[in-house]
Amino acid sequence: MDILIYGTINSIALALMALGFALVYGISRVPNFAHGALYVITGFIAWSLLRTLGLNYFFSIVLAIIAIGVVGALMYQFVLIRVRGMAISEIIASYAIGLAILEGLRWGGFKGSTYTLPVFIEGSMTIGDIPVDFHRILVVGIGAAVVISLWLFTHYTRIGLALRGMAQDERAALMLGIDSDVMAVVAMASGAMLAGLAGIVLLPLGNIVVEKGYDVLIQAIAVCIVGGLGSWMGAVLAAFLIGFAQILTVVYLGTHFQMVVSLLAIILTLIFRPSGLFGRQKELEERV
Amino acid sequence: MEQRRKERIDRGIKVRTDGLYALMSWRELGYLTLPRLVLIVGMLILPFVMPSMYWQRVISIVCIYALLAVSFDLLAHFVGLVSLGGALFIGVGGYISAIMNTSFGFPPLLAIPIATIAGAGICTLLLFPCLPLRGVYFAIVSLMYPLAMARVIEALDILGGTDGIMGIDSFPNRWIEQYFVILMVLLFLFGVRRLVNLDLGLVLRAVKDNDQAVRASGMNITFYKAVAVFFSSAMGCLGGACLVHIYMWSGISLFALDFSILPIAATVIGGAGTIVGPVLGCLILVPVSELLRDFGTLRIVFYSLILVAFIVFRSEGIMVYGQRKYHQIERWVKV
Repeated sequence: MDILIYGTINSIALALMALGFALVYGISRVPNFAHGALYVITGFIAWSLLRTLGLNYFFSIVLAIIAIGVVGALMYQFVLIRVRGMAISEIIASYAIGLAILEGLRWGGFKGSTYTLPVFIEGSMTIGDIPVDFHRILVVGIGAAVVISLWLFTHYTRIGLALRGMAQDERAALMLGIDSDVMAVVAMASGAMLAGLAGIVLLPLGNIVVEKGYDVLIQAIAVCIVGGLGSWMGAVLAAFLIGFAQILTVVYLGTHFQMVVSLLAIILTLIFRPSGLFGRQKELEERV
Repeated sequence: MEQRRKERIDRGIKVRTDGLYALMSWRELGYLTLPRLVLIVGMLILPFVMPSMYWQRVISIVCIYALLAVSFDLLAHFVGLVSLGGALFIGVGGYISAIMNTSFGFPPLLAIPIATIAGAGICTLLLFPCLPLRGVYFAIVSLMYPLAMARVIEALDILGGTDGIMGIDSFPNRWIEQYFVILMVLLFLFGVRRLVNLDLGLVLRAVKDNDQAVRASGMNITFYKAVAVFFSSAMGCLGGACLVHIYMWSGISLFALDFSILPIAATVIGGAGTIVGPVLGCLILVPVSELLRDFGTLRIVFYSLILVAFIVFRSEGIMVYGQRKYHQIERWVKV
């Protein structure tokens, strides 16, 4: 029973982490190696708005997410757009930006247990006989809401449809009057905002530390590869697979093996089904 | 208004010395060998001109980074595999050499070659699953390994855990230490330059440019990629093995980020795809980073920002610029 409950919570958390990465890669084919950094820095922005400026919690969250969206857009507009299509440069540039953010935060002294965001709702309840705090239940709710609203956004709004069009075939989208540069900026900004949202929702469960940036990046990438790079719904399903696998290993083997699960999942996927469990769309392009 | 454009013409001597049999005069021979001699002699006298023990140690570190940077350049710009985890090679090579030395009692000069070959084999095996695939998989997997390795060693408390392995023998004396690494850098530098011009290097470059064409010629891409990964991880492992014998200590800091990011920065600054550029980049960046040692992790921020600036605005690098100035005449002509 506790495996079921905590597995679900963990899976939703993983899905939240991974969606931003999947969105950006799916649309503009840019692997955003700064994803983890965006996740962590949103937590810090919210923390400083809340603690040093003394703003309202809800207000500072909204501001932090908007700020990170702007950061994402600027990152694309001023750096990534110039190296678009050069795979080596894209990877190195986004990785370097992520490192600069994370190590800059570490240098700025943001480490240790002094930085925590408060949970949204205090208290806990018991399901069956397992105690679960309200915040974790809220994580499940928010995660589900994000997944559903992302689905609605990409299926029923003009911008969402344009984004999907670009993901399927950029040239055809261009011919139909979709400005691919603008759309890529939108995709990057919304990917950054998703990373930020995940940070805001998940960081209250622990301390805000720089190392989380690397962890989140790896978890997000593992989920995306298992689900098939660029496939959003695949990422959600893969999140459940990896999430439960992680909880099972934690219960039966120990907490240290959580990282190994992600690595093993990536390796096994690459060996047996390189395009991921659900990534049919571009299957032929990636296999040599 | 009169319009002008810049014209670039190869120098006559460059054109004449392109062919092997055209070497008719001392001047032409000098033109060809001067840049190489400057590098070789410069590297060899470096240990003598360094003011203190500390800076001599820095030279050894420069050489280790140079090995890593050459290995990055070989993989990224001749095979098209971007390795974001140079620290994996350093770590694997370093740990193997440390174990060989402490558990089996091999002297450093025997442990290092064993670590180089065995480490290269292990790294190739670890990275093998992503070799049949195109795209970002290699970058992702190579990024993950050093982080995961450090975590695994920490968690399982194997190989000395967080304390690391202590009591490793150093080189017999510091001159041997320095000349060993310097000679290794020169050996691999010129070796790789030869390699990329051999038939094997031609195939590797073809894999980068058009893998379908290589496959259509009946060659096994995965095999060739594995060969390239083996060579470049051998260089990295050699660097790692030397490093543990220089510091007489091997620990999880061998998987640190510096080893992943600095060689990339050095390659981009020095000139991507020139093989010798990365060595120049290391000669510039590593001493600067030693001077900035007080700033701690701010150094990584510094490399990253330089890296972004160079890759976006000056992607040719120092070496390509230098080659252009050396080989070509530039002049303004009327359109």
